[in-house]
Amino acid sequence: MNSEKILSEMDFLKVRPSSDGIVAFDCPADRIVEAALKLKREFECQSLTDLAAVDMGPDLAKCRFGVVYHLFSHTKKKYVRLVCMCESAESPHINSLTGVYKGADWLEREAYDLMGIVFDGHPRLARILMWDSYPWHPLRKDFPLAGKEAPLPDTFAGNEDATRVVPAPESGGPFHSPSSGTKFSCGREPRSMQVQTGESDNI
Amino acid sequence: MEKEFTYPEPAGLGDNRIGEKMIVNLGPSHPATHGVLRLKIELDGDMVTRCDPIVGQLHRGQEKLAENMTYNQFVPFTDRLDYLAPMCNNIAFVQCVEKIAGIDVTERCKALRVICCELSRIASHLVGLAAYGMDAGGWTVFMYCYTQREKLMTLFEELTGARLTNSFARVGGMRRDIPESWLGNVNKFANQFLPALDEIDKLITRNRIFVDRTEGIGIITPEQAMQWGLTGPNLRGSGVATDLRKDCPYLGYDNYEFDVAIGARGDAYDRWLVRIEELRQSIRIIRQAIEKMPDGKINIDDHRIVPPEKDKVLRNMEDLINNFVVVTQGPAIPRGEAYFEADNPKGALGFYIMSMGGGVPYRVKIRAPSFITLSAMQEILPGHHMSDIPIILGSMDFVLGECDR
Repeated sequence: MNSEKILSEMDFLKVRPSSDGIVAFDCPADRIVEAALKLKREFECQSLTDLAAVDMGPDLAKCRFGVVYHLFSHTKKKYVRLVCMCESAESPHINSLTGVYKGADWLEREAYDLMGIVFDGHPRLARILMWDSYPWHPLRKDFPLAGKEAPLPDTFAGNEDATRVVPAPESGGPFHSPSSGTKFSCGREPRSMQVQTGESDNI
Repeated sequence: MEKEFTYPEPAGLGDNRIGEKMIVNLGPSHPATHGVLRLKIELDGDMVTRCDPIVGQLHRGQEKLAENMTYNQFVPFTDRLDYLAPMCNNIAFVQCVEKIAGIDVTERCKALRVICCELSRIASHLVGLAAYGMDAGGWTVFMYCYTQREKLMTLFEELTGARLTNSFARVGGMRRDIPESWLGNVNKFANQFLPALDEIDKLITRNRIFVDRTEGIGIITPEQAMQWGLTGPNLRGSGVATDLRKDCPYLGYDNYEFDVAIGARGDAYDRWLVRIEELRQSIRIIRQAIEKMPDGKINIDDHRIVPPEKDKVLRNMEDLINNFVVVTQGPAIPRGEAYFEADNPKGALGFYIMSMGGGVPYRVKIRAPSFITLSAMQEILPGHHMSDIPIILGSMDFVLGECDR
């Protein structure tokens, strides 16, 4: 894939430094559909292999969220990377690629679910990995690793019948260290504390 | 906005003829879904008119966890993606990290990684074929496949110490060198595997019942496959000869001789044939790798990436410090971003890693081939009978641990 040739066709793209040999461009967020259509029709990029949403940090007022597209050409056997930064940090928007690549459907839903980027023009932008009523976007950098409590899905078994189901906590867990040091390692695991203090009645 | 097509509407929403149709939930706990997949299917009589796969029951937030641990600490998590071929995932992940740092691993390491990848491919395809055969009603093929897989598990145990979650690759090399006589055991396995594979082949491939049930079912055209981003055997089953091992060679795959199997019609039967042929090609690659297994070190010599050997750590102050730094802070990876796709048994497993420097990634995006495969179901399943759904699902060979991450 020749970057000069692509650049001569689309002057709004800017070459992006690439450390892995993939031809990479920065693309203005409002022209991503145009760029993808052109790459698909004229440069034989038949597949959208990957779409990654990135959060560049909660302190940024502009260009906080970005979307990294990887297109693949089955005839030339080459990748192209397109990177778009969303203007607004509060309500990140970008045009959907679902009109160009069918595979964009779930990839964009995932980016919306986990990062909260809204894809305008997506036929059904619903959550995909988390349940529909989940309130947060967990991959954002200001979402704590320990998690936050959220209302359980409507279909939760404990809501429907009288069977006693005690849900597992949605925050805590063994993979984070508390900022203020606790003396014992079990202090990092809220579930173990429950067992010790006898709060939990499901054992 | 310019569009090339529109999507099918999701099942059971906004249809005024809903009285004539029926909504059926397949799963989340159903043997034909190979995991916790739920399919919301709209039926007109016995005919599927719409299908809406609902995933996420196994979501563990692996991408979030990855941002909070060192690169080597994340390797065991990659085992839990496609848990039928864990070493392929380990190797794909460390290859991506090595791509950012520009690390070129030793030739011996590359050859060992190729053997590990291909053995894992065999292990994964055997489960895929076994489950596929069972979905079509054949129990015998399941036992035949699992007998062979058990032998592979013994080989993995000998090499890595674990049967299923191997966690064997490390950034810059492998966890340990090849044990004595292991390559001989792999060779023995390869020698007895080909006749066993012929048996599996003869058992099913010309079986009248199997052919009747799979031929012309679940046809995916090459255009559809590329549009949805399908990869691996599912893409090659549709006749697109894209094999990343050949086209974007990694691990020195360009030095091995092997053929890429492709299907002619893109139906469920073709995907069976492609997987059977891939098993034969994997054995071919393994034999070449054993033959030219180079001598030398398994890990690179950079102690900012790979900790020194244990006996040195116990004797030298400097090596002790290196060991401490690499283990606690992670390998020293420069700033940068990389995308790497490995041709795994389920399709192309991709990692996009953004590094801000240091031992912890800033962002890891996992491109799970099973996720992409399942997203195409909304277009492939409609128009088939309800009884064909287990066949099509079996022929696509996905794994939900990878889909939900």
